[in-house]
Amino acid sequence: MSGGSGHFAPLGGRLFTRTFAIASVLFLVAAVVLAQRFAGGLGAVANINDGYPWGMWVVVDVVIGTAFGCAGYVMALLVYILNRGHYDPLVRPALLAGLFGYTLAGVAVIIDLGRWWQFYNLLNPELMHGDSVMLEVGLCVLAYTVILWLEFAPAILERLGLRRAERIFDRGMFLLVALGVLLPTMHQSSLGTLLVVLGHQISPLWQSQLLPVLFLVSAILMGFATVVGEAVLASTGFRRPLERDLLGRVSRVMAYVALVWLVLRVVDLSVRGAFPLAFDGTVQAGMFWVEMTLHVVPLLLLASPAKRNQPPVLFASAALLLAGGIVYRINAYLVGYDPAGGTWAYFPSVPELLVTLGIFGLEVALYLLFVKKLPVLHRPEAHQA
Amino acid sequence: MTVNRRDFLKGAVAGAGAAGVTAAAGPASALQRPTPELPPEAVGLLYDSTLCIGCKACVAACKDANGMAPEIHRDQRPWNQGTWDTPQHLSADTLNIIKVYRHGTMEQKDRAENGYAFIKRQCQHCIDPSCVSVCPVSANTKDPKNGIVGHDPDRCIGCRYCVLSCPFGVPKYAFNDPFGRIQKCELCNHLPAGQLPACVDVCPTGATLFGPTRKLKREAERRLAAAPGERLHVPRGDIEGRVGGERLGHDAEAARYQDHVYGESELGGTQCLMLSGVPFDKLGLPTDVPDYGYPAEAEGIQHTLYEGLVAPAVVLAGLAAVTWRNARGKADGRPGDADDGPDSGDTGGGP
Repeated sequence: MSGGSGHFAPLGGRLFTRTFAIASVLFLVAAVVLAQRFAGGLGAVANINDGYPWGMWVVVDVVIGTAFGCAGYVMALLVYILNRGHYDPLVRPALLAGLFGYTLAGVAVIIDLGRWWQFYNLLNPELMHGDSVMLEVGLCVLAYTVILWLEFAPAILERLGLRRAERIFDRGMFLLVALGVLLPTMHQSSLGTLLVVLGHQISPLWQSQLLPVLFLVSAILMGFATVVGEAVLASTGFRRPLERDLLGRVSRVMAYVALVWLVLRVVDLSVRGAFPLAFDGTVQAGMFWVEMTLHVVPLLLLASPAKRNQPPVLFASAALLLAGGIVYRINAYLVGYDPAGGTWAYFPSVPELLVTLGIFGLEVALYLLFVKKLPVLHRPEAHQA
Repeated sequence: MTVNRRDFLKGAVAGAGAAGVTAAAGPASALQRPTPELPPEAVGLLYDSTLCIGCKACVAACKDANGMAPEIHRDQRPWNQGTWDTPQHLSADTLNIIKVYRHGTMEQKDRAENGYAFIKRQCQHCIDPSCVSVCPVSANTKDPKNGIVGHDPDRCIGCRYCVLSCPFGVPKYAFNDPFGRIQKCELCNHLPAGQLPACVDVCPTGATLFGPTRKLKREAERRLAAAPGERLHVPRGDIEGRVGGERLGHDAEAARYQDHVYGESELGGTQCLMLSGVPFDKLGLPTDVPDYGYPAEAEGIQHTLYEGLVAPAVVLAGLAAVTWRNARGKADGRPGDADDGPDSGDTGGGP
């Protein structure tokens, strides 16, 4: 997004590595499953049913996938809104994570829609239903995906040597960045609001008027965790120096966000008097404690400033916080959900999981392609200045 | 004692007015929007579990009227070759179902202890329907006059948010059809005018009665007011005797009712009402629920944040202004060069 010509460089090197091959195979397997899905209907491959109409593809690929994609959102917030220019080396990789998180969530939506061939109705002003949280989520995610590609466009234009086009993008970038901060704020909170209308079908451990706030803060948290995790992985995987100081500072911000989330969560549960449910020995109670542990432990890991910029601590805390965000979303959408009218059960089928894995594989393959061929990662020598 | 239905209703309806079924719901949070009123010509069903004999004629008639296939549960396939329709739940092929509550020895009908009771499930036609509120493309609609909650598959994108959010578990999707659609009871509004909903048309005991919701509510209250064992005249078909023509009623002994008309206040009220001899939660109905619909809460949040898109527009303007200023400050030195602004010093590290 910052048109910093010269500060970022393509990594180069061989594209067809073992990681790339594995990721591609995963994607091809998913493609076979998807052929079955479109030929035989959702029920032909997925275990979703009339009690659990939303399964893995919605909760993991869309709700969790876009939370991973908040990497670009939080870095834009830091660099351009809070004017922390020194975080700039992390912006393009973060943007790339967002790009794939959102684009592939869009793909997952089409796969999951029961009447996908009428998807365009979402864009028909005569049919748009303004009261629907789903409309807001759908349009916002769609718009933000476009914004992400535009924000990332300078990296592509730079590679193609289209200097003039790059400059035009630079001039309008402030508007793209502003939209790129507004839209995720709207739809990441709405992914929480989506559950409010489910009322008593969601356990009081998760059902709350505060869901939009909790989901937004959690998405910001996962965005930071993605930035940190990706930076550590890229540095070890590509044998590059790690931006230690920078990541130490990002992880400090991340720790504060985690603290805010935990305080909100605990206060909300106490005010609503829902805490006794956490001790009733059910699966829901157990999963609640898993979710809490995954947020508390990384906070303790990051508490010491001395350890905060060490790669193992950085990676462990980022991974735990991502796991915490994942479990929170699975809990709110599936574990805490008790369907109306009958006894229903849901556990994802193997083909269903293969599709989710395949989408993840596609994400890894595209990431490798983009960082090797496009100026995404910061030039190592540039930040030693 | 027999009561002339018409005379009774004439008096009863007079004062009913619009207040009819809508519960006076106090908001539970500051963000909540008010519950809508019952539509002026709202129609629905009154299901009296104590009159139901469990013959399931309504289940079969509903399938006929909607052209739906019989459902055979997996466990029954060895012996049931498709001659016996045995759905377990509402589904894309079953818009109406009779279920049974069973306890202990099942000696007596309409008793919670050692008894049994029937329950008919179909769309309740909510006054504040979740399925309508959540639909992004207006595929679910509530008729402004008769209040019937309908569905238009040509609009639907198949997100199944309505399946997820209905507090009664009513809308269903055909998961095994590559071009599946949402299905739900639309009170047989696809049948030619003047025809009763199929389930009402075939009901031999008047357990399922059709009519204006306000009149059905008076009828329910009349039954609740009768002493157990008292002879009551029970109408059949349309309570007004208009749709589907006049039908003979019959006399029945008033049952030991639960003193509540289900649907009168639950979740903002529904156009289909129910009476029962056993507690409603035992029949699988949600009872521990607010007297306003959940859309009141969700839409309240949505409207507060997005009414007229004013708040997002203001935030966007603010963000754009800040970004523009910050970007201009760095016109010479790119962000990421040496720390170049008072804000980007090393002191704070975070916001």
